[in-house]
Amino acid sequence: MHHSGRITPELVAAHGLKPDEYQRLLALIGREPSFTELGIFSAMWNEHCSYKSSRIHLRKLPTKAPWVIQGPGENAGVIDIGDGLACIFKMESHNHPSYIEPHQGAATGVGGILRDVFTMGARPVATLDLLRFGAPDHPLMRHLIAGVASGIGSYGNSFGVPTVGGSTKFDRRYNGNILVNAMAVGIARRDEIFYAKATGIGNPIVYLGSKTGRDGIHGATMASAAFEADAQEKRPTVQVGDPFAEKLLLEACLELMRTGAVIAIQDMGAAGLTSSAVEMGAKGNLGIALDLDAVPCREPGMSAYEMLLSESQERMLMVLAPDKEAEAEAIFRKWGLDFAIIGKTIAEPRFVIRHHGEVKADLPIKELGDEAPVYDRPSVPTPKAAPLAPETVAAPLPHNEALLRLIGSADLASKRWITEQYDSLILGNTIQGPATQDPGGDAALIRLGDGPKGLALTADVTQRYCEADPYEGGKQAVALAWRNLTAVGATPLAVTDNLNFGNPENPHVMGQFIGCLEGIGEACRALDFPIVSGNVSLYNASEGQDIPPTPAIGGVGLLEDASRGATLAIKRPGDAILLFGETHGWLGASVYLRDLCGREEGAPPPVDLAVERRHGDFLRGLIENRALTAVHTLSDGGLALGLAKMALAGGIGARIELPESLPAHAFLFGEDQARYLATALPEKAEAIRLEAEAQGIPCQLIGTTGSSILAFGEVASVGLDALRERFDSFLPELMAKRTF
Amino acid sequence: MNAAVILFPGSNREKDVCRALEHASGKAPRLIWHGEDTLPPGTDLVVLPGGFSYGDYLRCGAMAAHSPIMRAVAEHAARGGLVLGICNGFQILVESGLLPGILMRNADLRFICRMQHLSVERADTPFTAQYKAGQVIKVAIAHGEGNYVTDDHTLARLEGDGRIAFRYCDARGQIGGAANPNGSLNDIAGIYSDKFNVLGLMPHPENLIEPIIGGTDGLPLFQSLSQYG
Repeated sequence: MHHSGRITPELVAAHGLKPDEYQRLLALIGREPSFTELGIFSAMWNEHCSYKSSRIHLRKLPTKAPWVIQGPGENAGVIDIGDGLACIFKMESHNHPSYIEPHQGAATGVGGILRDVFTMGARPVATLDLLRFGAPDHPLMRHLIAGVASGIGSYGNSFGVPTVGGSTKFDRRYNGNILVNAMAVGIARRDEIFYAKATGIGNPIVYLGSKTGRDGIHGATMASAAFEADAQEKRPTVQVGDPFAEKLLLEACLELMRTGAVIAIQDMGAAGLTSSAVEMGAKGNLGIALDLDAVPCREPGMSAYEMLLSESQERMLMVLAPDKEAEAEAIFRKWGLDFAIIGKTIAEPRFVIRHHGEVKADLPIKELGDEAPVYDRPSVPTPKAAPLAPETVAAPLPHNEALLRLIGSADLASKRWITEQYDSLILGNTIQGPATQDPGGDAALIRLGDGPKGLALTADVTQRYCEADPYEGGKQAVALAWRNLTAVGATPLAVTDNLNFGNPENPHVMGQFIGCLEGIGEACRALDFPIVSGNVSLYNASEGQDIPPTPAIGGVGLLEDASRGATLAIKRPGDAILLFGETHGWLGASVYLRDLCGREEGAPPPVDLAVERRHGDFLRGLIENRALTAVHTLSDGGLALGLAKMALAGGIGARIELPESLPAHAFLFGEDQARYLATALPEKAEAIRLEAEAQGIPCQLIGTTGSSILAFGEVASVGLDALRERFDSFLPELMAKRTF
Repeated sequence: MNAAVILFPGSNREKDVCRALEHASGKAPRLIWHGEDTLPPGTDLVVLPGGFSYGDYLRCGAMAAHSPIMRAVAEHAARGGLVLGICNGFQILVESGLLPGILMRNADLRFICRMQHLSVERADTPFTAQYKAGQVIKVAIAHGEGNYVTDDHTLARLEGDGRIAFRYCDARGQIGGAANPNGSLNDIAGIYSDKFNVLGLMPHPENLIEPIIGGTDGLPLFQSLSQYG
């Protein structure tokens, strides 16, 4: 985009700035901005970079705990995991780019979040992905699924980090706005963590990595607006990823960090050079002066405006110790990467840009970030839905057919067609991941180095519940993550969140956002599960249709001895089956109600956080003592789906008895919370049950493992072969269809 | 056993194979930058690790085959020295002419990562002495271009000379059908050079060396090497 002359209202609007926001800009600098300066403000004040609609609400989230080293506000969150080690992790969205160009959009989403983690000095050890697609039969959806899967795979596989988990679900309201959230997890020495805060006056600012091109200009601005029908015309705003360059950048950065040359470091992500330079200066109360003539460019004739707003990938900005320049340059040259000194820190807190000897921008640096508009947008709470009594839901089909339909449904069927495209085994530390078992465990489990410690990782959210009741749904999202980590034996430590919502200018969406955040905050407090990093993605809407509220929760937990982790697979015939937690047959907002009855109504299952904690702590103790032979949390699809997945994972069937107090389908498919299904050696089961009862935890012996059939009392009986066939076939059949 | 693992720009399984070698032999291998032109004196085994050398932006392995160190690797092989190429390393070996054939894109055009059974075709080589001939082992695969192709004449020679090292199979040792993950001719997962001192294979035995991480079926390959000679 080239331009000269006056700043017109049309030009301001084209930069995504509202008239009152432009007035604020004028008041701040006391004159009309240059074209370059307008671009800088547009980049810094868009929703994606400024969090202007969400900021006042995010402040209410709990972010502290004794083990939290760094909460939100840096490139990623940092927690202490003992032995002098820190775990550094974050989740981030790449929703809009992935809809426009799924392969590159998803690939650069992975690349961006990996950079956030290794910028802080961590070596990435795992990634996860939370994906939400539209209706499977939507004409664009196979193209989007195939592109996102290959994009995530191509980046992670080449970079060399295992993609170990996540969640993939479908809903027609994502038809015009899919979600691609990537989470990266890295490990560093806790005394060798690097931050973005610049220090020292006159220190060199160094540009590292790939060259700057014209790709991704205004990507963050694009990501801050709802889609209209012209979404495909926005393809030029999507960046192109180069995982090979990023792998070199990782190795060069970690090598350079060991030399002590790095004072501050920031990756060039959204809003590129502008955002990274302003953040480093603002955090250190210093100014930044850049001379763009030194910026390595991919093509000639790039303007200051283009260089400042490019979102070319695989680039870093560093403040270096002045006597270390030569040493740093030698490391980057060895790895074949660009290295250029493009500016210096200055005392006066301004952001000064020179190009071809001319000052192109001269702006107050603190205000660029801190004085971004903050909105307390009007909101309307979601009306509370009445609970749905199980007796009011008639079973629409026989229970064995219901089970087969659900296990072959879009949300619950195997995602192996996607996850097989991810290298989940590289680094040789994946204990539980998509290639080790299918159906997969509640959380992924990786070993730390040579052990014995392990990290459990999860990323999920039940958007049905969030939509039906944002507050309960927000609580449930956190409880689900906490429970998933617990079920593999880990102690849950901290959360990264990715808050995907619709258009915040719609008061109903704002009501969903506020409600979910209240629930998330309450659950995090009750479970000692602080939020240490995250991302807000608003304007997920297309042609007026907002997505369901989808606050993705990424959880990290620690096992002191990874060999004590639990898996969900039934291990042998003759084991006793134990059900922990209370079963009321809650069908409101369930997958049974939605997928088999065609009804989306009723309050979602309530989450009692004290009960969650009591049940989870008890289960974790049993796992730690090796008292259980298999463990699985119950979530979508309830007890029947939970047991079916345990049976498929182990290749061994089971028989359970049903109570007479509930309709059979409510018992089998109800989604009551705080429940776990487990197996134990038969001679130990009664003692476990008594111990649970003594601690006030409902526990029933409901059956026995064995045979190649799943039998539910006298009401249903399904062979494992038939279950496996349905479970395995959904995605391969969908993706094999030729007609678009 | 003195092992040297070559590090190309874009290699990413070098740590995995170093760990396997050290686990089997008690001795850490040397990491050698691809820009070197000599191997450390006394090198017995050269390993070309998995990864995406030069991003695999040209044909996989084509750029790395021209790295300075590859001349020394070829001389080492010509002297009868041991060379092991895993995944991208196998691709580099065929691109540099140390092994025949080529690795095309997987038949279904998608990258595939899964646990995979292999049959060990013979147990009288420096790489497989700790296995039994015909043994079925479970290892990992993770590749997008593992579809082994060669001309009929070369294939007949490989088969006739017993130079197939591993074949894809199912858990019972049956070859063919869904047990072949990538469309490779004759279910070939790995081949030897004519002197049996160079092995290239697509699977990753280095990722199955401990019970907690999927099993130990990959370990005998590294134990065989560490006990050889």
